[in-house]
Formats: sequence, structure tokens, C-alpha cells
Amino acid sequence: MLLLAVMGLFATLDPAILRPGNLGNVLAQSAITGVCAVGMTFVLLSGGIDLSVGALVALSGAAAALACKETGLPVPLAWCLAVLTGALCGTASGALVAFGRVPPFMATLAMMAAARGCTLLFTRGYPISGLPQAFYTPGWASIGRLPISGLVFLSVACAAWVLLQRSPFGTHLRALGDNPETARLAGLPSRRITVTIYAISGALAGVAGVLMVGRLWSAQPGIGMGLELDVIAAVVLGGASLFGGVGGVGGTVAGVLIMGFLDNGLRMLAVSSYVQQSVKGVVFVGAVLLDLALKGYYRRDRGRDE
Amino acid sequence: MEAGVTLLLEMKNVHKRYPGVHALKGISFTLRTGEVHALVGENGAGKSTLVKALGGVVSPDAGEILIRGERIMWSGPGDAIRAGVGIIHQELSLAPHLSVAENIYLGREPMRGLFIDRRKLEEDAASLVAGFGVDVDVRRRAGLLSPGEQQLVEIAKAISQNVSILAMDEPTSSLSARETDRLFHVIAELRGAGAGIIYISHHLDEVFSIADRLTVLRDGERAGGGETGDLTSEQVVSMMVGRHVEALYPRTFGEPGEVLLDVRGLSKAGVLREVSFSLRAGEILGVSGLVGAGRTEMARCLVGLDPFDGGEMLVGGAPFRPRSPADALKHGLVLVPEDRKRQGLFLNRSIRDNIVAMRLLQGLRRGPFVDGGASEKLAASFVQRLSVRCRSLFDPVLSLSGGNQQKVAIAKGLAVSPRVLILDEPTRGVDVGAKAEIHRIMDDLASQGMGILMISSDLPEVLGMSDSILVFRDGRCVSRFARGEAGPGELGERIMTAATGGNVDAGE
Repeated sequence: MLLLAVMGLFATLDPAILRPGNLGNVLAQSAITGVCAVGMTFVLLSGGIDLSVGALVALSGAAAALACKETGLPVPLAWCLAVLTGALCGTASGALVAFGRVPPFMATLAMMAAARGCTLLFTRGYPISGLPQAFYTPGWASIGRLPISGLVFLSVACAAWVLLQRSPFGTHLRALGDNPETARLAGLPSRRITVTIYAISGALAGVAGVLMVGRLWSAQPGIGMGLELDVIAAVVLGGASLFGGVGGVGGTVAGVLIMGFLDNGLRMLAVSSYVQQSVKGVVFVGAVLLDLALKGYYRRDRGRDE
Repeated sequence: MEAGVTLLLEMKNVHKRYPGVHALKGISFTLRTGEVHALVGENGAGKSTLVKALGGVVSPDAGEILIRGERIMWSGPGDAIRAGVGIIHQELSLAPHLSVAENIYLGREPMRGLFIDRRKLEEDAASLVAGFGVDVDVRRRAGLLSPGEQQLVEIAKAISQNVSILAMDEPTSSLSARETDRLFHVIAELRGAGAGIIYISHHLDEVFSIADRLTVLRDGERAGGGETGDLTSEQVVSMMVGRHVEALYPRTFGEPGEVLLDVRGLSKAGVLREVSFSLRAGEILGVSGLVGAGRTEMARCLVGLDPFDGGEMLVGGAPFRPRSPADALKHGLVLVPEDRKRQGLFLNRSIRDNIVAMRLLQGLRRGPFVDGGASEKLAASFVQRLSVRCRSLFDPVLSLSGGNQQKVAIAKGLAVSPRVLILDEPTRGVDVGAKAEIHRIMDDLASQGMGILMISSDLPEVLGMSDSILVFRDGRCVSRFARGEAGPGELGERIMTAATGGNVDAGE
């Protein structure tokens, strides 16, 4: 609903925004945040948080690019390597959370630092470019007006929706975030679920890493700084709770697109980039307040129980 | 026990130590098929721990557990569930944002291929819940149900697991009388089907009406037990406390003084309708009624936690409309809420910090700073006056037993010297010894001229402690009875009739 409001607002300001070409742009620009946001939805639903996604985007992109350039790894395998890198790092943070009882905030903050460090170490701080053109395709090309990256985002979202709504894993991870004690008493394999969740988030960061390399035509070691915050913002904007148990892929896609249209719309209206940042902040707070108000959080008799 | 009869469950010499507590000191316990075996004892006696050991929630440090003669070792609650051991835990443990159906079949979802068979999930859940005579939409979020309904869902969940051993830890604490009847009916069916049931309850009348055998635990040890037919409730109570309880309801009735609080036509849309009553100094006014009748809501309105739409309040004769709890506190009204863990206490803070928490609003300062010495003195005086059993004032409240926690919650309210004290379920989940002590405290306060509004679902408590009794039903105050209007038995029946709407002679 909020998505429609944002779209409507910009459309009245500049009808060009709703042209198919521009819609494709928005989708392409949202794809990287979007793919990560789908992974983050799982993490937030389970009551955790993943701060490492930005760094994993850079690390997995760089790892794939290096392998492809230095050892001549075929492009499809290089893509898989990116996803695998992300998944392994995610598994590591997940294991820290599940078995080491490290709070997710700290575990993934540590992963963020380590991954960023590794990226700079491997690349010596220089961007990697001159890869086979095929490597860039997913992040850059489009079929007709439909960008491939946008397509990747939407298919990832669909797969995640099915997983969350239709598989036991989805129910179990929502239960875990909602009430960990219930999950334990029902005999759910909480630790395994936790590790899987962070592995998924990492793997999707790997996917985003491939898209990112394609979009920039190079693997940049410093890319994705602060991306995790955009991602978390989009998911929360989509109705997820930072305390777990509440949220969904549909909301996340809407949240991502709201952010996308906001970015795109402000740019189309030629608002200066400094102002853009501030407007985003205001809109974000406004959206969350509005959402809470619609859910009735400000009715006084609701009490403090929820 | 004759030879040849296989025991469904046998626990031998089970020990469990927690940091600082030896919760089970070599307990042995048996359960036969088709039997209801009650576990009774004060809070902290080890009942819940015993059941948790059985359910694989905690692992015992020593001793063994045998099911049908076979020794078992659980690695977690999942193993126990798969072996047909169902546990209904004392704390409600549903996932509030999952639907009722998802909660019931959590971890055991019916599948079609790779996916959950939603239709079957919902149909199965609906027929299960309907079998309980509960009218609940299984697609609703569990968190939206009333505590009683949630409790029933928990019970349905446990029973749906094809249990041969079912342990219930205080299953009736949030059930109405009708729901409790329903539960007993289900228990009888399960017993008829050959299941063994372990029933934990503070309510001895329930235990005597439903259990075949009972075991009394005290301080982690077996203190006695036997066939329920051979025991009287006095015997059981004295086994539980290990000392004679002088009187559970020590009340010295005096002549009530001036009116402290006068409530006229208090209304709140959908919750309260035209509630009127007055409370006098030195009076304990019991408030009875079913869960959800509007008693707690009324208390929240009186202290300004929730706004009300209509009616007025007079405090000491002057009109007063509380805007916030701080406002109510200034006028001498204090509420000790029903859920002490979530609403009444700062569990991780020390006893001292809890007792002075509200008083700090009014003083205890030296210049801009908290006066530590005075705080400690105040806290120590309350600990002594209410005989809170603790090692030090600086222990976290979390480390106390339920009864002592409740005393601290009451002390926190008393520290601001209120004229009207509202106690919501002051002895829920509190052991018999502490209950008697809390009643003695209430009696002291009343004889010093405080007016006490006591909301309670414990009928004997209401009958034993109150000067007058209000009965709530569907947001209305339907009756007011005076002590001595009839004998306790008959008065109790009249209260129950009024509370359940059995007839229409609702007075006043």
C-alpha cells in the first residue's frame, strides 16, 4: 500500500517514472539490495540480524572474479564459487550464533570485519576488472526491458516465499523467532535451523556479489559498505519485526521497491544527492510510524504488553 | 505394587542440581497405565523439575527413568515427544504469531511431498479443538487468544501427540470453571484409553476429585503420599509444609472506617459497564468472577493505566480522574499487578531496587542523588516486616521463590504508603506457607486502616479474607455479598452462580 503511495506521489510529480523503461531501471537498481533483503528476511524472522551481508557481497564478488581471472575458472563455476563463499561465511556466523551462543549482532559484526579484511587482502585493495564479458551478464544485461538482475531478484523472492509459506522449515524458523522456548519444547532442531538461516543469507549475499560485479564491470573491494543497513531498513519497512517472528517475503519485496522508487524518483526529480539522503531518512521514519499507527500500536488501551 | 503389572513409568532416585539449588534429591516416582497420579507440594518443591526431567527438557544428574521397564536417555524434548511423553508446561509456551493450527502441529506438520499440507493441517487442528468443545478459529494467531483458550490449545497440542504419558503442570491456572470441567472430562477419556497422567496442582480439591494417587514433594524430597482415598486434605497440607499451618485465612474483622474510594458507574466500551462500589478504610473487598469478566481491566482504569469512558471516581470524597499511574499514586492508589514476573517486578534487579522503585518517585533523595543509605533502610524494614526470605538485599528478585517474589512486589507498592491497595491475584502460583503469610500481611494492613481491593480467582481466599465480595460478569459488577450473609459453602455457591450467570437475581 505504501509502495503504491510512493509510486503515485512520484508519478504525479513526474509521469516519466511509470514508463516501462524506468520501471526496469528501478528493478535493476533494487536487485542487489533485494536479493540480500530476502536473505535478511529469514534472519530477522528467526530473531537474529546479519550485519555481514555488505562485506560478503564484496568478498564473494572478489573471490569469484579472482578465480575467474587468475585460474581461468569457467564463468558459471565462478558464479557458484561466489555463492559458496557467501554460504560458507554465513554458515560460520550461524555456527557462532547457534553453538557459540554469540549474540547475532556480534557474530555477524565480526564476520563483517573479517570478510572485508580478506577482500582487501586478496585484492590488495585494487579493483579486479577485465573478466570475460559473460561474467557480467546477470548484473548488467536485460531481456527486452526486463533486467536479468531484476529477474534474479524476483525468482529468489518467489523461491523464498515458497520456502517460508509452504515448507516446515518456514514455520519452524518463524516459531524460533517468535518464541525460542516453544521451538525447543516442540523438539525442533533449533541450532540446525539457525545455521541454515545464516547460510542462506550468506549465499544470497554471494548472488548479490555476482550481480554487483556485473553492474560495475569490476569487483570493487570497498563496495557494499553500509549496504547491510539499507537491506535491514528495506526488510523492516516491509513489516518485519527486529525482534523476530513477524515479517514476510511479500512485505520485503514491497519494502525494497519503496526504497528503489524513492531513490529513483528523487534522482529523476533532480533533487541534489545530499538532500536525497535526508529525504530518505525522513520518509523512512515516517513509513515506520505510519505502519505502526495502522497496526494500532498507539491506541492507549493496548497497553505495553506487545 | 504387585509383580506382573508393568509400570508405565518408573523414576528411580533422580537427582538434579541447579546452581545453588539441589532441586531433586533422589526422587522415586511411579505411574501405572490408566492412572492419574498427582504431584503436590509448595513452589520450589521440585514438581516442575521432575516433570522437566521426564520430558527431556532438563537432564537429571543421577538416577534413572524407565518407561515400560526400559531405561531411557533423552537428548532433548523431541525424543520425549516421539516416545509418547507429552508435557504441558506451567508457563504458556505458544508462538504468538503462528496460527493455532501451526502451533499444535509444530515440528509434526502433515506433509504433501515437500510441502506442508495446509488443508489437512487446519482440518486436523479444527477437529481436535472442536473435540474439546472450544470455539476457536485455528487460523487465528495464537497470541490473540485469551489465556484460557491458549491453555486449552496447549492441552490439545499435547494430546494430539498420541501420548501414553501426559504430565500437566498447573493446567487449570487460567481456566474457567467450565473449561476445567471440560479438561477433567478429557483426562477421564485418556485414562480410559490407558494413558498415565501426572497432574500437578496447587488446588487440593482438584487433586482429590481427579487423582488416584498422590505424591507430596517438599524441598526436592518425597514427603509422603498414597492413594487419595486414604488421605485427607489436612494430612496433605501438613505434609506439604512440614509444619502446621495455623490458619490459611487469618483475618481479624473490624468495623470499617470512612469511605476511601467511591466508584460510580465506571464504564469503558466493550470492557466495563456501569461498575459502582465503595471501599472503606480497614476493609478488604474481594473481587470475584471468571477470567475475562473485567476485573483486571477495572483495576487498570482505577490507577490510570487505561482510560475509561464514563462514570466517576471519588477518592477521599473528592472527584478524581487518574491520568497516569503516577497521578493515581499521588492520590494514594497503588496496584500490585497479577503477572508479577512481567508487570510487577524488575526480575534481574535486586530486592532493594525493586522495593524502592516506586518510592524513588517521591523522595529518597539526597540533593540530586539517590540516598543509598535510606533506600537500604527502607528495603530492609520491608523485608523484615513481610518476612521475605532472602540471603541479602542485593540478590536479584529472580533468585527468590514465587511467594517471596510476590512479597517483594507487594512491598514495592507499600513503600509509597498508599491508602488504597489493589491486589490482583495476590497469591496465584504461591505456595501454601507464603499464602498464609501474605494473608497475614493483608490483615495487618487492613487493621491499620488501609482499604484493600483484592481481585482473586481463588474462591476460598475470597471467602476467607473479604469483608464484602463483589462479583463481576461480562464487564459488570453483578452482585455484592457481605461476609456472614450466609455460610461459606452457600456463599461460595451464590458467588459462582452470579459469576457464571446461572441465574438472574443479580442484586444492586
